[in-house]
Amino acid sequence: MSTQDILDKEYKYGFFTDIETGEFPKGLDENIVRMISAKKNEPEWLLDYRLKAFKHWKTLKLPEWAKLEIPEIDFEDLYYYAAPKSTETAPKSLDDLDPELLATFEKLGIPLQEQKRISGVAVDAVFDSVSVGTTYKEELEEVGVIFCSISEAVQDHPELVKKYLGTVVPYSDNFYAALNAAVFSDGSFVYIPKGVTCPMDLSTYFRINAKETGQFERTLVIADEGSYVNYLEGCTAPQRDENQLHAAIVELITLDDAEIKYSTVQNWYAGNKEGLGGIYNFVTKRGNCLGKNSKISWTQVEAGSAITWKYPSCNLIGDNSQGAFYSVALTNNKMQADTGTKMIHIGKNTKSTIISKGISAEGSENNYRGLVKIMPSAKGARNYSQCDSMLVGDKCSANTFPYIDVKNNTATVEHEASTTKISEDQLFYLQSRGLDMEKCISMIVSGFCSEVFKTLPLEFSVEAVKLLEMKLENSIG
Amino acid sequence: MLIEVKDLHAEVEGNEILNGISLTVNPGEVHAIMGPNGSGKSTLAKVIAGHPAFEVTSGEVNYNINGKMQNIADLEPHERSTQGIFLGFQYPVEIAGVSNIAFLRESYNAICAKQGVAEMDEQEFKNYLRPKLELLEMSDSFLDRAVNAGFSGGEKKKNEILQMTVLNPRLSLLDETDSGLDIDALKIVAKGVNALKSKYNATVLVTHYQRLLDYITPDFVHVLYQGKIIKSGGKELAHQLEEKGYDWLTKN
Repeated sequence: MSTQDILDKEYKYGFFTDIETGEFPKGLDENIVRMISAKKNEPEWLLDYRLKAFKHWKTLKLPEWAKLEIPEIDFEDLYYYAAPKSTETAPKSLDDLDPELLATFEKLGIPLQEQKRISGVAVDAVFDSVSVGTTYKEELEEVGVIFCSISEAVQDHPELVKKYLGTVVPYSDNFYAALNAAVFSDGSFVYIPKGVTCPMDLSTYFRINAKETGQFERTLVIADEGSYVNYLEGCTAPQRDENQLHAAIVELITLDDAEIKYSTVQNWYAGNKEGLGGIYNFVTKRGNCLGKNSKISWTQVEAGSAITWKYPSCNLIGDNSQGAFYSVALTNNKMQADTGTKMIHIGKNTKSTIISKGISAEGSENNYRGLVKIMPSAKGARNYSQCDSMLVGDKCSANTFPYIDVKNNTATVEHEASTTKISEDQLFYLQSRGLDMEKCISMIVSGFCSEVFKTLPLEFSVEAVKLLEMKLENSIG
Repeated sequence: MLIEVKDLHAEVEGNEILNGISLTVNPGEVHAIMGPNGSGKSTLAKVIAGHPAFEVTSGEVNYNINGKMQNIADLEPHERSTQGIFLGFQYPVEIAGVSNIAFLRESYNAICAKQGVAEMDEQEFKNYLRPKLELLEMSDSFLDRAVNAGFSGGEKKKNEILQMTVLNPRLSLLDETDSGLDIDALKIVAKGVNALKSKYNATVLVTHYQRLLDYITPDFVHVLYQGKIIKSGGKELAHQLEEKGYDWLTKN
């Protein structure tokens, strides 16, 4: 097998779709921000928002507190907007979509055409800077669920977008949040009306295709009183020698008694064995449990990207609201991850759970960073955190940085942490039961992650296990 | 012939543990390997199963594969397992987060795949397990617990015998399976071993005490001392050892 074959085996989504793309000139200035807004025919208030964010961004410095070695990024050498030419005039239906795009998503396992699409899951497909289509829209509309690209939402539901956009992650939040607020191009929008349990899972698939292009997607999910939604997110990109930037914002809002489950399987291209290429995944994800008894849970399986900087968090504002973070982060080769969560307890009797499983292999570095903050108002708040690391081989490293800040003495905060290595005895035991080395590793690793995997929908957890198996395939032995 | 160990020498980290062992086991036989602590009994079982910590420095282990005796020095532990060699561990290992039933089925199916036998789905496998659980007086709840995690010493050993009966090996090497068992558990374990016995398979019991041999009758007893078999005999040898200890054999 040639090296290329092995690489292809390791990352089967590394192909490039040769499609005619229209992009704006490289670099970022006020004019580019205006062009993006104009391209999307946005209302004045949104352009103002972008311009304010851009102005603020220019005053910011890159964050340096994470335990990451980030090569210098030339923000002037990026395309901020790229879209397939064929999407310039909106196709009437998904069946009329450019065959190249349909074929790309089909190859990724996300068929969009009516007769082929996956039953029980509605998909919004985002290709570079645009959403190219959303399935099951009509079926969802019947129960009042809005699921569309954020660009469409700005046109069709401006009142909802205006009311909630930037309320969870303000543009002033951090460097990448400000950048995203200025140049975000597309992403998904979800609104679940009062009392509605979304009849199917909603899912967004993000694909970066164009060269030297940053993807700045923006997702906004609102669950109105007493509603429920299960939301899934997948990501891939072609294999390239240059690094690419992905700086997204996801905002979740739950009103009284509502619940959002948000799951991500992140498999961006991670670069090659020597660390050449790969996606920089700098993402701000946060949810506001605004209403009483509301719940937000984040489940993430982070298996790709050259560098991951990501802390899906919850502001537990409503009394009795609950936040959860279940994470598996795998790094191998030269990958770096600094990921974790923030749970901010504001309301009374709020509860949060953090289960983090980090797996590092080869020469990679895997860090958990988490904050549990109990505000003076959060009487009776409870948190349980468990952070486990598993080391595969002896060249990798794992660190845990838990920050706990308790300002109310009625709160209960528990933190447990462990570091394990796969032992020779474990491997021999499983091998002597007929399992080959790869199967042994995958069994030990999926056992290690089982608490997180069981929070994923079944198909996703099967995919997650396969993904980890594939990623660790050549790390052992 | 099922297995033939010829003048086997093996060491770990430069210390020679096996010092020229020869042993032949035929299908249908039960052998007991006895000997004082540190004589190399467990090492012999592990070396046959292919434990990577031990280095075979000379000698051979030949095993019957498809009717032909073959040197298995180059076979990985999982390849030996799929060829029907089973090691019952003295200290079974915990695998967190993996249910016993998932582990058993993976293992069973891996061996089926190698042997060209149809694999079983979840329901078929449950049905296949039921009589084996009953035989070993194990409850169903055992299946959903993580492999050996939080098991008592006795439960771990029973779990080893359950695996053995599920995998139906041609050669079972049971390493101190009797240690840490109370008399009731010992009887159940012996029942499991006896139930599996046939003219096609063989069992090698590594044990320190005669006790287990009251319930599983060996055809041959070998005494191992300082990495060598110093005496072989029939089941009466075990009784002699019980009466006199090892001293009468190891002096001089």
